[in-house]
Amino acid sequence: MAKRAVGLKKRLQEYEQRVVAELRPALVLTRREVKDTLRDWRIVAPVLLLITIFPFLANIAASKGLAFVNRYGAELIMQRLFPFLMLVVGFFPSTFSLVIALETFVGEKERRSLEALLATPLSDRQLYIGKLLAATIPPVAASYIGMIFYVLLLGFTVHWWPTLSLFIVALVLATAQSLVMVSAAVIASTQSTSVRAANLMASFIIVPMAFLLQGEAGLLLFGDYALLWLVALGLTVLNVLLIRMGIATFNREHVLGREIDSIDFESGLRTFWEALRPQGGVKNLYGREVPRLVRAMWMALLFTVLVTLGGGALIGWWGAVHFPLPVQAIDFSAFKDMASLQTAVKTTGLLSDFSVSAIFWNNVRALLAAAFFALFSLGTLAELLLVAPIAIIAYMFVEIQRWGMNPWTFLSLLVLPHGILELPAAILATAQAMHTAVMLLRSAEKGGGMLGIMRELGHFVKLFVAVVLPLLLLAAWVEATITPRLAINFLSGL
Amino acid sequence: MLELEHLTKRFDAILAVDQISLTVPAGEILALVGPNGAGKTTTVRMLSAILKPTAGKARVAGYDTVTQASDVRCNVGLLTESPGLYMRMSGREYLDFFGEIRGLSVSKRGERIHDLADWFHMSESLDRRLGEYSRGMKQKIALVRALLHEPPVLLLDEPTSTLDPMGARLVRDTILQLRDGQRAIVICTHNLPEAEELADRIAIIRRGRIVELGTPAELKTRLLGFPLLEVRFAPSAANGAAAVVSQFASVEGASTGWVHYRAEQPEQVNPLILRALLEADMPVISLQEVPRSLESVYLRVVAEGM
Repeated sequence: MAKRAVGLKKRLQEYEQRVVAELRPALVLTRREVKDTLRDWRIVAPVLLLITIFPFLANIAASKGLAFVNRYGAELIMQRLFPFLMLVVGFFPSTFSLVIALETFVGEKERRSLEALLATPLSDRQLYIGKLLAATIPPVAASYIGMIFYVLLLGFTVHWWPTLSLFIVALVLATAQSLVMVSAAVIASTQSTSVRAANLMASFIIVPMAFLLQGEAGLLLFGDYALLWLVALGLTVLNVLLIRMGIATFNREHVLGREIDSIDFESGLRTFWEALRPQGGVKNLYGREVPRLVRAMWMALLFTVLVTLGGGALIGWWGAVHFPLPVQAIDFSAFKDMASLQTAVKTTGLLSDFSVSAIFWNNVRALLAAAFFALFSLGTLAELLLVAPIAIIAYMFVEIQRWGMNPWTFLSLLVLPHGILELPAAILATAQAMHTAVMLLRSAEKGGGMLGIMRELGHFVKLFVAVVLPLLLLAAWVEATITPRLAINFLSGL
Repeated sequence: MLELEHLTKRFDAILAVDQISLTVPAGEILALVGPNGAGKTTTVRMLSAILKPTAGKARVAGYDTVTQASDVRCNVGLLTESPGLYMRMSGREYLDFFGEIRGLSVSKRGERIHDLADWFHMSESLDRRLGEYSRGMKQKIALVRALLHEPPVLLLDEPTSTLDPMGARLVRDTILQLRDGQRAIVICTHNLPEAEELADRIAIIRRGRIVELGTPAELKTRLLGFPLLEVRFAPSAANGAAAVVSQFASVEGASTGWVHYRAEQPEQVNPLILRALLEADMPVISLQEVPRSLESVYLRVVAEGM
């Protein structure tokens, strides 16, 4: 035992040494760039104004506002506005991270200083991390200073102090937002051929961040700080994905060599068509091509099965434990006959009609929407969408058991008949969507990039048309015709 | 020190470098000359492991430029076409940064910066911001950056293009001093006299291919023929000189007071011609090779491809 502990300690030390050795040159680059930023008055002057004058103005507005609303007994509004202003005070300086990050690679290229840097022994990862940190540290530090200054002003003038949790979540949000902007902007910078082009791409970063800030304002107004932590967590996950994507797609050759921003639609469409087009007849499609596609995405498939079945079961079980459903909540009279069931389903608003086509199109829409969102979330949103129905089934499974009925009968009569077709279809579509989205994390040399995405989109459509749609159609027919009868037989007597 | 085997680089539809094969041993200076867009800079970028070849391979200081890119970069000193400095830094800070990135210790960095600044007569200006430097000083600082880690391979892309004659002379002398048995130097240049002065061998690149490779003398002989020699006499004594010379070499032209001839082996033929002329009582004033510039060679090679 002691030997194993010593071995583990030694391995940890070696790992730490490797990390330090990897980081040290990156930090040399960071230090240089931070110094350079701090020497540029065009960045320093506005940031200084934002962290000194702006909190002061925000505090005056808050104090005046509080005095005004106090007269009408509406001080709650202002008290909910204080934390929002704190977030805004932190957000404005952090937007400078965008300015610094957008020009980090492409700016150096324009100033022709990049080639000398690329000729040093720094690895791509060290270059990327060094510049990422350099673009993040000054604006985040400015955000912290601004927020602390504002809180101190508020505390000493209107005697309002944020709770420790709120203050920390605000700091975490400021950091995470800055990092999201920086990591997205660095990606934009590495993929652009000029600072102008990079700046034009900035709107794709600013607009979602502005929406996010509005969302955060709403949460602060309703005092939902727990959800703010979730937002911070989501941003952190997004950061990890963006940084991973940035490192994977960073290519010193492209940064230096490309002169014109262009998207090769022709090659993209050709790749898409080549991937989509069946290479032979129907026999070849189902005998060779589909199995090959499934084999190629085995990791995404395994992940999807584990996450959706495992995660869904866990969430459903957790929900049943914490939010048990009273037996009266289920209207068993709806299972009297088909007409009652049709009416009951319509009243839920989930389906316009309990028919084959309604169920089929609903499932198709849901899976296509999941695939679409998968592209923007590296597959995670599609996974989450698939977790939801599994969680509901697991929840009902536990509840039915609690009501003294046999949950396996419920599962085998109400879920399995159509689920055995529907679930594999959904898992295949979700896994392929995730596999496609992951191409964003791969460089073009490793089969990713734009052509990689187009190829996998072609595979997605092929798999969807050849396998998922027939399965969904069959599942919809079973769900609309067989499952309800089984349900009526099983539940009508209850 | 440098081995290129069918080195090729394609940018989408453009073939920038097309199957270049050559070796540059330690102690040699090779000049890459060619028109704009010929592929010189792309070749240098591949040799400094910034760009990956599309096909073929290159070894620099014993390391493969693709699989051992970091080792290659450790052993190469690259002078980029444009100095590309960080203008808000002082010269000393700039060099110290690159020294640190290359893993030199604080004392070693200080020592190298001091010595090289001294060599380039820049000690006085090291603490000034780079933005205040003249073009020549910027180029010199970039050269110091390339030399800081004492690399065994130096790749110099247009080393004197932005310099005044004095600065250019200094850089050329420096390059000649840097030549030693342990170091290989590749220079990309448009400046043909410079290439002729500095390089042991010259590679002329056109449309990504090496179309001519050899010492300056070899290139001239290959492309312009054997050396053209001129023998001059006192005007009164030149009658029949062409006939005498033609016994030993091919006469290219003659007039009062001079004869032009080509000789495959001048070191053997010239003494014979001189002796024959003297015996024929034709007093020779001078015998010399007619200067032929590398420019003529270059223009002929490049023109062939037009």
